[in-house]
Amino acid sequence: MAMNGEITRDNYKAYVFEKMPKSSHWKNMIWAFLIGGTICAIGQGFIFLYSIWFSTQDASVLASATLVFIAAMLTGFGVYDKIGRFAGAGSTIPITGFSNAVVSPALEFRAEGYIYGVGAKMFLVAGPVIVNGVTVSVIIALLTLLFGG
Amino acid sequence: MEYYKKRTLSFSNVYVTEGYTVAGPKENDGRYKGFFDFALEDDMFAQNTFERAERKMFEHAIEGAIAKANLDEREVDAVIAGDLLNQIVSASFAAKKNHAGFLGIYNACATFVESLIIGSSMLNNGLEHVVCAAGSHFSTAERQYRYPLELGVLRSPVTQWTATGVGATVLSNRAECTLPRITRATLGRVVDYGVMDTNNMGAAMAPSACDTLVTYFRDTQTQPNDYDVIYTGDLGKLGSDILMDLTDQEGYDVSEKLHDCGASLYWDEQQTYQGGSGAACSALVFNSVLLGRMRRGEYKRILLAGTGALMSPTTSFQGDSIPAITHLVEVCI
Repeated sequence: MAMNGEITRDNYKAYVFEKMPKSSHWKNMIWAFLIGGTICAIGQGFIFLYSIWFSTQDASVLASATLVFIAAMLTGFGVYDKIGRFAGAGSTIPITGFSNAVVSPALEFRAEGYIYGVGAKMFLVAGPVIVNGVTVSVIIALLTLLFGG
Repeated sequence: MEYYKKRTLSFSNVYVTEGYTVAGPKENDGRYKGFFDFALEDDMFAQNTFERAERKMFEHAIEGAIAKANLDEREVDAVIAGDLLNQIVSASFAAKKNHAGFLGIYNACATFVESLIIGSSMLNNGLEHVVCAAGSHFSTAERQYRYPLELGVLRSPVTQWTATGVGATVLSNRAECTLPRITRATLGRVVDYGVMDTNNMGAAMAPSACDTLVTYFRDTQTQPNDYDVIYTGDLGKLGSDILMDLTDQEGYDVSEKLHDCGASLYWDEQQTYQGGSGAACSALVFNSVLLGRMRRGEYKRILLAGTGALMSPTTSFQGDSIPAITHLVEVCI
């Protein structure tokens, strides 16, 4: 028995926590670093490529758009979720993760039609990110305005 | 553990005439490859949505079980079935094809054993043939309970994998005595030990499995060693370990006898972590594996305890813990 003494309703959660297999944080972090880093390096590669023809600022925007496009394609082909299964935050945090979060529900709820399915459910996962992102950026902008940046 | 009142019923002349299973491709690549009556090559089952595929699996399993039992569809008195989808649409829609009376039931992954108990009770009250069925589909359950399929997320090591499959059983009250019989059943009660983590359903369900098993042993004055095997539904590996600790504490050592339908469904390489979950686990393993072993005389007396976690995404988001239930049947030959 993992715990000394009786398992009761009160100490059950502590008992389960002791007994359950834990995520390997080091392994997860290394994978996240490698995959996340690779995605960012590919993005940087696109910036260099586009800089040949465009200004640096335009090149950055184009590189982001390219990554979003590639991630959407990989989601459609059923590859992105397999990368995410071990990359974790490494494939969620970059802009490609956002693309995956919008495209995957859009694909999934296609069966319910374009209005109640794709239209209504597309932002199922990404919606909270957008809402909270906008809210926090407004608060920060207000603070900057009040206290000077 | 509080012990109030006997919750164990006895049945006479309830024969398990036939079982039929439809399994998904991943399930048929697992440990029970080749045991299933019908294995899907593709989990869409030639339909355009996963929900329709699950429905077709129910139709196929119910028809298959009736045909395998050499019955005409019109001889069946009642179909008792349930699945995991909201409003149990898979079972209900599939029942459009049957002339028999239909009872749609839900006790999450304990639905299959629940259907056997209701079916057995009805046979003891004059019906001749009933079909009991339950099942689940990975892709329909995943989108109802968790995330879109193609979303790239890291899975927790305590998660399980919703099994794709439907199992149907024909129970009859007039049959040859050489068939397995359902002899006793214990009705589960809802037990909640405050587990909040919806990934860790094994831990949420283990206390209810302990409650029902211990109640059964006390009600019937039997011991775990009186049975060839004790199968739980979908506790998974962690849930089974917890159950052993809990029953041990109540003075019943089940460690030699305990198996879990969900945990035994897949190979480790299939990366389901704690094993299978879903209403399909007990329905597939009972109808394809256990029934066959009983008929060959490998097992004479077994217990099947279906375990179910009764939460919905709404209750979980609202911060409620996960209540669970376990129903049990004794099958003898």
